[in-house]
Amino acid sequence: MAYSKKLLDHYENPQNVGSFGKEEENIGTGLVGAPACGDVMKLQIKVSDEGVITDARFKTFGCGSAIASSSLATEWIKGQKIDEAAKITNKEIAHELSLPPVKIHCSVLAEEAIKAAIEDYKTKKSAN
Amino acid sequence: MTVKLPIYLDYQSTTPMDPRVIDVMIQCMKEDYGNPHSRTHALGWKAEEMVEIARRQVADLISADPKEIFFTSGATESNNIAIKGVAHFYGQTGKNHIITITTEHKCVINSARDLEQEGFSVTFLPVQENGLIDLVILEAAITDKTCLVSIMAVNNEIGVIQPLKEIGALCRKKGAFFHTDAAQAFGKIPLNVDEMNIDLMSISGHKIYGPKGVGAIYIRRKPRVRIKSLFSGGGQERGIRSGTLATPLVVGLGKAAEIAKNEMAKDCAHVKKLSDKLYQGVMETTNVYLNGDKENRYPGNLNFSFAGIEGESMIMAIKDLAVSSGSACTSSSLEPSYVLHSLGVEDELAHTSIRFGIGRFTTEEEIDYAINLIKTKVQKLRDLSPLWEMMQDGIDIKSINWKSH
Repeated sequence: MAYSKKLLDHYENPQNVGSFGKEEENIGTGLVGAPACGDVMKLQIKVSDEGVITDARFKTFGCGSAIASSSLATEWIKGQKIDEAAKITNKEIAHELSLPPVKIHCSVLAEEAIKAAIEDYKTKKSAN
Repeated sequence: MTVKLPIYLDYQSTTPMDPRVIDVMIQCMKEDYGNPHSRTHALGWKAEEMVEIARRQVADLISADPKEIFFTSGATESNNIAIKGVAHFYGQTGKNHIITITTEHKCVINSARDLEQEGFSVTFLPVQENGLIDLVILEAAITDKTCLVSIMAVNNEIGVIQPLKEIGALCRKKGAFFHTDAAQAFGKIPLNVDEMNIDLMSISGHKIYGPKGVGAIYIRRKPRVRIKSLFSGGGQERGIRSGTLATPLVVGLGKAAEIAKNEMAKDCAHVKKLSDKLYQGVMETTNVYLNGDKENRYPGNLNFSFAGIEGESMIMAIKDLAVSSGSACTSSSLEPSYVLHSLGVEDELAHTSIRFGIGRFTTEEEIDYAINLIKTKVQKLRDLSPLWEMMQDGIDIKSINWKSH
């Protein structure tokens, strides 16, 4: 598979790898994909009282495109308000990384992971 | 000693050519350019003589008669000839059933599927978890309508060796012909068509350090196996395969077969030693599984699944090694390996499978390099993997309600 330089950079040196501690507050977690399909993304956000994503983490089981898409997603959402971050589309991710057509689903998964993390954060917040 | 990168560990896909094979081919292309079917001049006679030497070299490797060897373009064509040729001939006599297994190469499976479309009855038998056929199931499947049982010798993806002698005996007893796709076995493990009761065998050149684009089919004469040929033409190769023979390729295949016969013990010992080393090195990492039977296998093929890691990202991480994967992401269809699926390997482990192929030209330094690289990168990718994190936390991945997409 011929990958773009940007994609390979993210794959070789993925940004924001890891997990937030379970006890940390103001965390939203999105877990999307399925092992049977060959991709699982876990994306976490840390949100300030003002609704700004101050930090993000990810772990991805998947191909090079999936790892790069999630790494890029965490970079983009850091510093954004949650409502802005929720507007990021898979097309923007696919374009930035020049994903081959057969790998577009990786960018879809990254978009879903951001939305799922924000949703989880909102659900937790309203529960408190 | 430094190793040259990338390290070639994809010997099931194809092999580098042995320099001794190249030498005889070049001689043939430069000097002996006659058409082996020309009967009117010395250049034709010389080419014919070289083809007949090659035919004997191929026959000798499987204890066959040279008259039972027919040259083709490769194992794919040989498999097509064997399966469709036998079915088309014996179908006319009412024997319209063939049996094969689910882990065969695509060219066998699709030849059988084509026959199904034509109205033949085809049974695709499952294999056991170790990749081997269950002989009881096979015996029960053979009926008086069965004209052909086609079961591969060595599996291309996982390297397991089917019980050829037992299958051959069963087929002989029940009156069905036994065809084996020996593309991955010919020249690698001892094969004897009489001891194993093999009636047809497919052979490839480029898996045994010979050229691409040439292969052969063995067709038994006693008792005679009849074939309806696929090509119409000048009737070369006793009408089995019309078309002018590619003399340099045929000569290359013959030389490769001769070397394989003379050096089989040496090749086997070399491959086994490196295979054992790679196996032990890789298995020092936790949660790694060898796919296919541990004992009944060609040691030059080690197919591992690495829990918690996806195959394509693993291949990218170990890009210094030229290997292949059963992962969906490396195929255009996005389907994980049907061979591993047939063994009952779970999807997530099928996605993580990598095949390491070892051969005549693999060195110990290359294997040492490979082991170190694999260990380092497995750790890196597991640090990245949410599945691995869950496994470490004791979460059962199957307990999660995944939304498949």
